[in-house]
Amino acid sequence: MNVSELLDGKRVCICGGPGGVGKTTTSAAIALGMAARGAKVAVVTIDPARRLANALGLEQLGNEPHRVDPERLTGAGEVDGELWAMMLDPKRTFDELIERIAPSPERAGEIKQNRVYKELSTAVSGSQEFTAIAKLYDLDRAGDFDLLVLDTPPSRNALDFLDAPGRLTAFLEGRALKTFIRPTGLGMRVLGRGASPLLGGLRKITGIDLLSDLSTFFGLLGGMTEDFSVRAAEVERMLRAQTTSFVVVTSAQTAAIDESIWFGRTLEQSGLPFSSAIVNRVHHDLLGDREPEDVSAALTQDLGAELAARVADNLHDYHVLARRDERNIARLSTEFGDRPLLLVPHLDEDVHDVEGLLRVHRYLFAPDGEREQMLADVVA
Amino acid sequence: MAGLLDKRLIFVTGKGGVGKSTVAIALGLLAARAGRRCIVAELAAQERIQRVFDHQGEHFEEVEVASNLFTISIDPQHAMEEYLRVKAGPLGHALSASRVFNAFAMATPGMRELLSIGKVWELAQLERRTRDAAPYDLVVVDAPATGHGLGILRTPRTFAEIAKVGPIAHQGRTIADTIDDRSFTGIVAVAMPEEMPVSETLALSDALERDGLALDAVVLNALYPGRFDNDGDLTALNAALADAAAPHTRAALKAALSEHARATAQREQRERLATGLRTEPIDLPYLFADQLGREQLELLADALELGLASAGVTAR
Repeated sequence: MNVSELLDGKRVCICGGPGGVGKTTTSAAIALGMAARGAKVAVVTIDPARRLANALGLEQLGNEPHRVDPERLTGAGEVDGELWAMMLDPKRTFDELIERIAPSPERAGEIKQNRVYKELSTAVSGSQEFTAIAKLYDLDRAGDFDLLVLDTPPSRNALDFLDAPGRLTAFLEGRALKTFIRPTGLGMRVLGRGASPLLGGLRKITGIDLLSDLSTFFGLLGGMTEDFSVRAAEVERMLRAQTTSFVVVTSAQTAAIDESIWFGRTLEQSGLPFSSAIVNRVHHDLLGDREPEDVSAALTQDLGAELAARVADNLHDYHVLARRDERNIARLSTEFGDRPLLLVPHLDEDVHDVEGLLRVHRYLFAPDGEREQMLADVVA
Repeated sequence: MAGLLDKRLIFVTGKGGVGKSTVAIALGLLAARAGRRCIVAELAAQERIQRVFDHQGEHFEEVEVASNLFTISIDPQHAMEEYLRVKAGPLGHALSASRVFNAFAMATPGMRELLSIGKVWELAQLERRTRDAAPYDLVVVDAPATGHGLGILRTPRTFAEIAKVGPIAHQGRTIADTIDDRSFTGIVAVAMPEEMPVSETLALSDALERDGLALDAVVLNALYPGRFDNDGDLTALNAALADAAAPHTRAALKAALSEHARATAQREQRERLATGLRTEPIDLPYLFADQLGREQLELLADALELGLASAGVTAR
């Protein structure tokens, strides 16, 4: 199984997983590979490495995908399709959403000036996840692309990506607050004295200013909360669609594998279409059934005893990691059952340019037999 | 000059996957060794620390995992219930039992962060909110990834400004003042010698400076040993690879050349970090181990102690 087979007939590919495992690079390599095979693909990312951003021409401003110059991709061979890329601007995405659903430009302007809104749209926690999904949904609905690849935002853990949008939507819908706040025309008014002991408690804990700010904010949103609910339902439909594929991206380190297993279980329990995992930075067994001492002896003639010993030490350390990776991949494989695991070896350098993307993409898109040969070549 | 470990509260932050938790625990171990009563607080229910020390305990309780070393996993929901109980008495009980109130509080942007950092602040007080709780000499916070990490430091001030008056405003201001007090609070960034983590650390340093804060130490985690030099070794390895035929000797030579390439790239990034920060980071070695257990953490604590001493920030 390779990525091209995995994503056959898919319209949305969401790459999630622990931090620091190469999600951005993997997302870009997937998009590049699918474009090379004839699709019109857009990759949506949040915070790429500068060199990768430069390589894809992402330094341009603008919160819309733009086409990556085919000249930059010549190393990919014949690119039959189109590769587009965008860097998400969460604040701007939020503003655009408000502008779109506000009843008038004036109202949109007032909302954007509101203090609660400002905090909401720039708070790192939640707004990145919320706007990433919002942008994905808008791009999907516009239908300009055959495939959208989303690189999920960096968060404390992979699960934030699933939880945060819902939390924010729940807040925007304001359901919980309706118990406390009664709308009176445009402005809402905090319920008067004696309304409920709960309200009394809330005032006591939060302070009245915060409550009145919130009621102003929800007053401004008015009927728009309906739209948030409708959108949330449609987003949910998109995430659960047969044409969507969640791919868990991880490294083979113990902590990353633990988190990926946890993430995979949550996807499964949530009924989300979770298809496969990509394991980056895998250390392959170089020793087979030999001992590092054998290597040292064999190299002494060429390298001298001292350098040969250092080479053997290095191999020994590498082998510790190879055994660790093998065990962790076996754990992941047991957990993920029939879902394919695609392995990418530990490459010698950081992958932050088109050359690097091309190397990763070759592992992801090679037919099974060929990938095994490529992995064997790393070793021999 | 007062050392990093003389502070009462240390936030450890950095890009995802660079080893923040590891460094937070190693710092805690180092302080505990010096006889200080220390607690490492995780801001998410991960229980990674308890796993390292083979400890199974209550999630959100303070647990002693080694002599003088405690851990706690901070959960916003749990922190809120505790806060309400202490601050609002019977009314607090009613509120924390109310589903509507819970939904409201948990959905309010920033509220989860405020509650978490409020609990951290409480742990660092000599007079603990929780009755009979003993005070700590040092609280080390395993903070969220860089962007969030900075966000969480700003949350109390933001709330103080939004709420203006009332208990939240008051509490927010108190916590914000504590964070701004550099003799009380320290910030440690963790990076790996790779492009993205180094860039994020430099950006974090700038952002803190704009807020009138600063990094107290930068820890560079997982530095390869750099076993081979650029001249004789490299030439010899390449020449040997050209001649080698046996698969295992080829593999050994390839692994050596690969280590050399990575170690070289790492040192370029280390240089970029040191130049950008105008100070040397504290190096922690790459540990070739299955997973990080007690033994490895003790090693890292040794390395931290050495690094803090030579950085002129004396560990007690």
